[in-house]
Amino acid sequence: MAMKRKHKRLTFVGIGLCLLGIASALVLTAFEDSIVFFHSPTDVAEGKVQPDRRVRLGGLVADGSVKKQAGAITAFVITDGANTVPVTYKGILPDLFREGQGVVTEGRLVAGTFRADEVLAKHDENYMPPEVAEALKKTGQWKGGGPAPAKPGAAK
Amino acid sequence: MEGRRPCPGQAGGRQVSAELGHFALALALCVASVQATLPLIGAYRNNPSWMAAGQPAAIMQFLLVALAFGCLTHLYVTSDFSVLNVASNSHTDKPLLYKISGVWGNHEGSMLLWVLILAVFGSAVALFGRNLPPSLKARVLGVQALIAIGFYLFILFTSNPFERLFPVPVNGRDLNPLLQDPGLAFHPPMLYLGYVGFSMAFSFAIAALIEGRVDAAWARWVRPWTLAAWSFLTAGIGLGSWWAYYELGWGGWWYWDPVENASFIPWLAGTALLHSATVVEKRDTLKGWTILLAIITFSMSLLGTFLVRSGVLTSVHAFATDPTRGVFILVLLIIVIGGSLALYAWRGPQLISTGLFQPISREGALLFNNLVMATAAAVVLLGTLYPLLLDAMGGGKISVGPPFFNAVFIPIMLPMIAIMALGPLLNWKRSDWRAAVQRLWPAFLAALIAAVAAWSWVADGPFLGIVGLALAAWLGVGTLVELAERVRLGREPLAQSLSRLRRQPRASWGMTLGHIGLAVAIVGMTGAGTWVKESIQVMAPGDTVTVAGYEFRFDGAKPVNGPNYAATRGHFTVTKNGKVVVLLDPEKRVYNVSGQPTTEAGIHATLLGDLYAVIGDADATTGKPGAFVTRIYFNPLVAWMWVGILIMVAGSAVSLTDRRHRIGAPAKRPAAEAVQGAD
Repeated sequence: MAMKRKHKRLTFVGIGLCLLGIASALVLTAFEDSIVFFHSPTDVAEGKVQPDRRVRLGGLVADGSVKKQAGAITAFVITDGANTVPVTYKGILPDLFREGQGVVTEGRLVAGTFRADEVLAKHDENYMPPEVAEALKKTGQWKGGGPAPAKPGAAK
Repeated sequence: MEGRRPCPGQAGGRQVSAELGHFALALALCVASVQATLPLIGAYRNNPSWMAAGQPAAIMQFLLVALAFGCLTHLYVTSDFSVLNVASNSHTDKPLLYKISGVWGNHEGSMLLWVLILAVFGSAVALFGRNLPPSLKARVLGVQALIAIGFYLFILFTSNPFERLFPVPVNGRDLNPLLQDPGLAFHPPMLYLGYVGFSMAFSFAIAALIEGRVDAAWARWVRPWTLAAWSFLTAGIGLGSWWAYYELGWGGWWYWDPVENASFIPWLAGTALLHSATVVEKRDTLKGWTILLAIITFSMSLLGTFLVRSGVLTSVHAFATDPTRGVFILVLLIIVIGGSLALYAWRGPQLISTGLFQPISREGALLFNNLVMATAAAVVLLGTLYPLLLDAMGGGKISVGPPFFNAVFIPIMLPMIAIMALGPLLNWKRSDWRAAVQRLWPAFLAALIAAVAAWSWVADGPFLGIVGLALAAWLGVGTLVELAERVRLGREPLAQSLSRLRRQPRASWGMTLGHIGLAVAIVGMTGAGTWVKESIQVMAPGDTVTVAGYEFRFDGAKPVNGPNYAATRGHFTVTKNGKVVVLLDPEKRVYNVSGQPTTEAGIHATLLGDLYAVIGDADATTGKPGAFVTRIYFNPLVAWMWVGILIMVAGSAVSLTDRRHRIGAPAKRPAAEAVQGAD
């Protein structure tokens, strides 16, 4: 039984709808579990951050706060001017990590300390992550003009 | 490099490359305007001489853009810092390769590269499209010119690479050190050859919509362009992830970063287009869908270009602070995507497909491939744009990272790879799937063996790793089974099979290589994605650490100097069972001009896995002198991925040399092959 145009379209639409259904289901479940929200130290101080959820924490690396600990662990403090959060990270910090610079970390809040398993600072040294710029603006710590845009093509 | 420092105001000693390039670009805009109007009107009125105007215009346009690009390259090579673009992105100490690659290592220059490639493709149609019908050729060139006009206006009004700078700085600000790398020097041109190559499929689609006719001949004309674009894009993505792997120093090769997704979405759509064009060619059906795919693929290429180049990814608010570029881009996207979709809605229903359609058939399998690829592209697009949209609407800052994409993308692709081994074994028109499945018994066997082997090798690893290796074996062996069937191996004397093998059309070799390449790449993705071993520690000279059975001994680090950077170079001796395997020398570089550090991983690649070492900061916590933080990886099978990508690119190159593609006319083929034929 050869399929006429109408049938063809029906198969086409049918398979398409099935796939879209599966995809939507996957997207919705994945969104639930894997979306990572950005928070500032002030959000942490106000208790807006669930302790065991994976989040991003951003701000400035406080001056004089970077301390090397045994076992390749680095401890530092992220500040947004109003509040601070102590952070630990095991591993090699990105090339552009520096005191006084903007940083975004990803990890979990454990007993008041943020245990980062990722530190993102992959643009050039004048770059301020936009989330950090905004967090600083909220606390009145931002002194620049707009968010300093990265050099075009900086990331890749 | 001339010693003189050109100075604005001193007309005598001043280089005029910048003005010449700017002028050539403006002239190219004028020529493109002619090319966009005369041929289209000529084709509408059936006026042969007006239609013929497109050809010289396209060649002229290419010469002018090439001149502009040559001027900018000259400015870079001679380090003319009176030009803002050169001063911002170059430096006299930079090696020549990076002076040249600096031309496209920035927004303005990359846009110029974009139009250059567009002009290359346009003049290629003008020169080699001799057997295209005059009206189709005129319309294709007209649409190409319309796209070019949009980009010329964008460059001339918002992103002029020839802008002068006063006062002239003594030296430039240098190119971002991360971009000073051979892998990344050629990554953007490859990517753009892919993006812009899809503009050909787009122009052919729009021309076909205007003509109201899509047939097998049309599909044959579109296919080589799509294939060329696809292979460049594949190579570009491969090069980009290879660069990320050895330059960023985190041992990974794909991060589902928006910048990566921006190139991956057109790849998914382009892969679907490549397969659906085959159905149009062979079965005269799926016409409307193929046209739509051509429009979508190029739209996604445009979106990809702009996502990366407009700065919208770094900050939605960069749009607000410098609205000219952003608004221009949005308007251009709306005109191109909206206009072509409107044309599609208006003219698309006139495309009548004559072919009958059975779900269990080659075309049915290709349709399944198309729907899966389109769904996957949509999902990746959603994950990429959702954080931007949410942020633009003030919904808060979120990031959608690898966990999301892995959870959604992988389950969507698994069934497609399962069907992929089966599809080529099905006949066109109608087929018996039981017979095809029975012929795949060696693939079943191979998948089983691979699964058992993977399970015994790493029993504690994630289940997905076993599934991945089994599917790769299934696809690889399944593709070979199909090749064996095609040459009737075992059913006819061996000599006859071999002579059949030699007479296989190159296009079908392309399919076989493409599918095998994917199977090989899946082995690499599975290995590196699921079984990677990582170890971070502080190491003093003489310390050892064992990763995946390899013993890494740290032999200390020394300072070394490069042409425009200073580096700390660490030394590792890697041994296995007491025998020295390799010496690794990872570096941490600090570039002189920008002060920016970069990481150069020390990598030893083998087919079983890569040994990968990175050196970090000096560490004083242990009190031992000369201690550094080090990071060691064992990346199992990762080399298979690069090899697989190379096989895929080679497959499309082989297919491109097929006589049918080159001549653009139906080839005379034996009846037996006409049924089984190329993919």
